[in-house]
Amino acid sequence: MSKIVKLKKGFDLKLAGKAPLEHINLPAVQTFAIKPTDFPGIQRPKVLVNEGDTVKAGTPILIDKAMDQVIYAAPVSGEIVEIKRGEKRKLLEIKILADQTISYEEFGKIDLNQDRDALAAKLASCGVWPNVIQRPFGVVANPAETPRAIFISGFDSHPLAPDFGFTLAGEENYFQAGIDALAKLTSGKVHLSVDGSKSVPSIYSGIKNAEIHQFSGPHPAGNVGTQIHHIAPINKGELVWTVTPIGVVQIGKAVLEGVYDASKVIVLTGSELTKTGYVKTFVGANVSSFVKGNLNSGHVRVISGNVLTGEKVPMEGYMGFYHNQVTVIPEGDYEEFLGWLKPSSAKLSFHKAIGMLSFLNKGEFKVDTNTHGEERPFVVTGVFEKVMPMDILPTYLFKAIISEDFDEMEELGLYELVEEDVALCEFVDPSKNDLQGLVRNGIELLMYS
Amino acid sequence: MKALQNLFDSIKPNFEKGGKWEKFHTLYEGHRTIAFAPDLVTKAKGAQIKDATDLKRIMITVVIAMVPALLFGILNIGHQHFIATGEGSTWVDQAIFGALAVLPTLIVSYAVGLATEFTFCVIRNHPVSEGYLVSGMLIALVMPPFIPLWQVALATIFAVVIGKEVFGGTGMNILNVAMTARAFLYFAYPAQISGDQVWTYLGDKAAVDGFSGATALGVAYGASVEGTPVAEALATHNASLGGDFSFMNMFMGWIPGSIGETSTLMALVGAVILVATGVASWKIIVGGFSGAYVMGLVMNALAVNEYMAMPAHYHLVMGGLAFGVVFMATDPVSAAQTELGKWIYGILIGVLTVIIRVTNPAYPEGIMLAVLFMNVMAPLIDYYVVKANKTRRLQRATV
Repeated sequence: MSKIVKLKKGFDLKLAGKAPLEHINLPAVQTFAIKPTDFPGIQRPKVLVNEGDTVKAGTPILIDKAMDQVIYAAPVSGEIVEIKRGEKRKLLEIKILADQTISYEEFGKIDLNQDRDALAAKLASCGVWPNVIQRPFGVVANPAETPRAIFISGFDSHPLAPDFGFTLAGEENYFQAGIDALAKLTSGKVHLSVDGSKSVPSIYSGIKNAEIHQFSGPHPAGNVGTQIHHIAPINKGELVWTVTPIGVVQIGKAVLEGVYDASKVIVLTGSELTKTGYVKTFVGANVSSFVKGNLNSGHVRVISGNVLTGEKVPMEGYMGFYHNQVTVIPEGDYEEFLGWLKPSSAKLSFHKAIGMLSFLNKGEFKVDTNTHGEERPFVVTGVFEKVMPMDILPTYLFKAIISEDFDEMEELGLYELVEEDVALCEFVDPSKNDLQGLVRNGIELLMYS
Repeated sequence: MKALQNLFDSIKPNFEKGGKWEKFHTLYEGHRTIAFAPDLVTKAKGAQIKDATDLKRIMITVVIAMVPALLFGILNIGHQHFIATGEGSTWVDQAIFGALAVLPTLIVSYAVGLATEFTFCVIRNHPVSEGYLVSGMLIALVMPPFIPLWQVALATIFAVVIGKEVFGGTGMNILNVAMTARAFLYFAYPAQISGDQVWTYLGDKAAVDGFSGATALGVAYGASVEGTPVAEALATHNASLGGDFSFMNMFMGWIPGSIGETSTLMALVGAVILVATGVASWKIIVGGFSGAYVMGLVMNALAVNEYMAMPAHYHLVMGGLAFGVVFMATDPVSAAQTELGKWIYGILIGVLTVIIRVTNPAYPEGIMLAVLFMNVMAPLIDYYVVKANKTRRLQRATV
């Protein structure tokens, strides 16, 4: 345990619908999908399969023509039932009807003693690579490049997030193998951050080849961006990679077993689910098995991911590649008489403006998707700074992006951020701006200029 | 409430595209969202839930924080009137008299200001924003007790158009809107907003013998010219009538002055509301008061005349300093926006106010000019704070 970083800024959202640490049984998921839209960096996606083809878990089904050495593979074996396209033939979903028992493409075990580039190329060819994200920009990493360091956040501090100590229990060997592989890929260290306010789960104890850091404090303490900032911040011209613990385990399985095993334990949460808990499934699962017959009420929003950074999906939709959580909350499309004035302790707010009494409420909040107000120009100042535990001036950064001032964006630290790092700013903003979208716009301006 | 919702629904088609009042769509939305928080939901991507606080709630918080100052102002105007005319009166008389003097100003400020805002919203098809709820109250509170209403209207239009809308509306203004209104009157119609006669509303009555309508700042300057100690002159001013400028009286606010800004106590009550609700920056408020106090001490140390020798804490309760620091300086749009910048900004407002008061008798009320001047300087302060952040970032890069 090298250093303990105690963060003060941030905000923990206490929401109703937390899942108990237990597995629940639900009808098996029939279909899975890979959505190119889950990968922000993908430029020219090309489908490698046709409708009706059968694939194994690990069969390449998609590449990015701009970086074709990275394979996006089928998470399960089965039949390609639909390749869904949207406007201008934009590729939306590649759906696979899963076999009863999953069969795997065999790549052969991976020798960690081979040279760095060969190892990276091997990992890129077997389906696990999209787990490796580069910063700046938050896009899938280029295996040909060598990062200064690799960062892994060992815990998720988002609202109702899964407990990795529980979901990854028993995967210790794979996790270690994943770390060993990653350690070969960087010129620097592998940094693993754990929750400093809890005891270290078995999966991380005794880990070798990684430097362990402890972080404590409110969300976003668990965000890898926050952790990078406090361990070794990213400067212009530098490159670091990030991987989630689930990604590390998948890499470890590829190393030790020679297969792309896309299975993972996800958590079902949210106030509108009758049964919350943990479910074992695969990447890109159809959510209908999780929510059908498991709802308290009819008018809900199903979210792949958490309430701060997740994405609305239809009842028959699919989980995002990087999501380990499904959250179901009520839709908020109602008008409320004098809703902007009425005092309430039941409404969740970071602010304490007149009538906002949520700070008196120590219980859990049932929140819906209502925006509680319309979009406005930035008026309130200083509030973003209170939830941003980095030496970054968010208000000025946002204004720099709005005015497309490239130098300012760079100098004010856009290289350090991806969407999730400003999700809390977006939540607390009384002017209701789409700040995550704004940050992605800024990143794209810098990337493609 | 269903009936009201139905009413809105029934007139809605007129305001939609192709409807006969299509142009006024933004007004329709504005009114509907005041009655009902809108049924908007979050987008498919990004934060799926939003904080329950919106700008309307923030703005109404500021308005509520000003209510004590307004109510006290109403009472005080009546109180000052009856002192000046020498008539006996009850609290009720004073309140009624004060209300009759203040409410027209308040109504004109809101009516004219909102009409101007609505006009711009319709022309530019902007949503109606809630910023003017605060400005309208502020403009009324910084006016003298009795001022021609057409001047209030003119100042309001000037402030909204030149102070705000030319910069792009709410959130974009460089100058504090209410201070702009007051400065406009100060320079355009000085007779009605300065001097000894405007701070006490006599109506058609004559003042009693020995009454002087000067403000505390005026008395302090006058005493200094004559070479008498300021604190003494303040304590004996109108003392026989019960309208003296003792420290306690000035703190409570039982003195002549603008409608809402005489009472330091009420400004502090407002400050407590604003700081407790997190709406205003305590750094600016603390900075403003301490800047003025420390500058007062510096003046004491350098004293070459009686005004400079006035006890430093007197500065905090005289004139509009407290009101200005609490309600004007903290305007988040025109103030410095970085956290360090807020300290510098607040302190300099306090310092400048005292310098202007003591060294420039042409402008006895220094807070107005100090706030406006610092509004203009705020981006410069922020520029250097932001630059420091960028420099830290660059230095890190060389490691």
